[in-house]
Amino acid sequence: MSIDTIPIESTAAIRTGQHELRRELLHELLRSEAFLAGAAILLFWILAAVLGQALVPQDPYAQNLGIINQAPSGAHWFGTDQLGRDMFSRVIVGARDILIVAPLATLIGTVLGTALGLVMGFLRGPTDDILSRFVEAFLALPVVIIGILGVTALGPSKGTLIAVIGVIFAPLIARTVRTAVLLERELDYVPAARLRGEGSLYIMFVEILPNVLPPVVVEFTVRLGYAVFAIVTLTFLGFGIGPPSPNWGLDIFTNYGVVSAGYWWEVLFDALAIATLVIGVNLVANSIQQAIEQ
Amino acid sequence: MAIFILKRIGLALITLWILSVIVFLAGQVLPGDPGRFVLGPLAAPSAVHALDHTFGTDRSVPTQYWSWISHFVQGDMGKSYTYQSAVAPIVIKALGYSLKLALFVFVIVVPLGIAGGVWAALAAGKPRDRIISVIGASSTVIPELVSGIILIVVFGIALNVLPISATAPPGAGLPTQLYHLILPAIPLVLILFGYIMQMARAGTIEALNSDYARTAILKGLPRRTVIWRHILRNSLLPTITVVATQVGYLIGGLVIVETLFHYQGVGSLIVTAATGRDFPMLEAGILVIGVVFMVATLVADILYSLLNPRIRYQAAE
Repeated sequence: MSIDTIPIESTAAIRTGQHELRRELLHELLRSEAFLAGAAILLFWILAAVLGQALVPQDPYAQNLGIINQAPSGAHWFGTDQLGRDMFSRVIVGARDILIVAPLATLIGTVLGTALGLVMGFLRGPTDDILSRFVEAFLALPVVIIGILGVTALGPSKGTLIAVIGVIFAPLIARTVRTAVLLERELDYVPAARLRGEGSLYIMFVEILPNVLPPVVVEFTVRLGYAVFAIVTLTFLGFGIGPPSPNWGLDIFTNYGVVSAGYWWEVLFDALAIATLVIGVNLVANSIQQAIEQ
Repeated sequence: MAIFILKRIGLALITLWILSVIVFLAGQVLPGDPGRFVLGPLAAPSAVHALDHTFGTDRSVPTQYWSWISHFVQGDMGKSYTYQSAVAPIVIKALGYSLKLALFVFVIVVPLGIAGGVWAALAAGKPRDRIISVIGASSTVIPELVSGIILIVVFGIALNVLPISATAPPGAGLPTQLYHLILPAIPLVLILFGYIMQMARAGTIEALNSDYARTAILKGLPRRTVIWRHILRNSLLPTITVVATQVGYLIGGLVIVETLFHYQGVGSLIVTAATGRDFPMLEAGILVIGVVFMVATLVADILYSLLNPRIRYQAAE
């Protein structure tokens, strides 16, 4: 680790290099069929979430007790629920809550987890040992169970859901970032920054952070899929967003009791909506991961 | 080796202790007054105080924690608010139900995943490999909630060939019990199949490309012998670790599947306890799951190091 091996490049040159790399990455993604398919699914649900209320044929909240539990037909493509509400409209509008909560929760988890991982990997020693034990204690429980515990302790609301899922994801992301930082901190630019007289915080967040961003981006996209999974599951179990908001997990929760009576359409289309969103996120996440690894 | 195992057990105990503190704080400190919750908002303050005193929740937090955990390790998990009876027998009975379902899932998915992975790897890059890989990758991403509902609608309602309740009628024999567990097991099998298959596939491909496999082939050993004696042994190593780490996932999956299929396991117990704010029950259920997970991880670590001497030597250094 001698000082004279440090390549002397102007920061402008490095910046152009990064710029080209990013353009290449985007090019790679746009050629990938999996990415395009995933992006199309995501775009559909984002549009549904933003414009849903204006697009759907009927008011998703409007109850009509004259037409309860009706099978899919020309008037109600996905049938009606126990309160006579149009299931098609509810499924489309149901994307909104999930597409607000999932990205926010994942973002909180990524920011917290990255900071934690940087500190653990950079400082090592006792700080890392102690924090690692906490991370492992968290990882010893399934996400759903910590979610149930958190929501029960703090009371159900969108804010709680965002905070709880964010906090659950932080240790998971921290573990990945920590591994990447352990490798980075051995590279020459870190002692070089030290010799320049930079502080630990500066080295962690200005020098190392940009270099561990690729795994962070991959973690974010992968976690986004799990966030959808977690929100839908917690809501289905009764620990998520409360009624009357149209929401896939909640609709399954409320209509699940009548499935055995044969009213399958009241849960199946919500389940399929969840499946498409999760698959879309996963296709995008996998393509980004592959493009970055190349 | 003994030092390695002792060190692992020590770390697991520390992790469990931290876990117990987290569970205790979330279960007893954050939610506020349990007496007020049980009696409702209209109850007289004196009655609430009396009930809090009976629960022991009017003492200081460290005292409460110490009394809880010292009883817990002796098998006394406290008294349920809802049932007004000891928590331990209820949790242990539910754990038994969950283990039955989990075991059923593992018995199906472990041979299936390993066979699928090895079979795919032996044809790496060919259509057979690609088909198995795509099935594995897609079965892993579908949430249990979604696959569970599709299974219920198709096999339970439309075709009406399998029971949608996981609980067999009382007094039913093992075949009937397992018959009721078929539908609940499938969502979990689907998710685990992908993980185990991918690990077994990667392990086999790595072993196939290794020097010792090449030596064995060049030595003139028949392909069958090379695969059974040299490759399988090495390719199964990473698979063991995956199977053990999936115990944690499996418990999470059980929460959903048990609720969806009305099964009295520890997952649905936790959901019921949380819904009824029965904190002693909730804490006991969660901590028991933590213990199960730590034991599974520990066993996997020890098994892995016994099978792979490289790890053992590293740990001894």
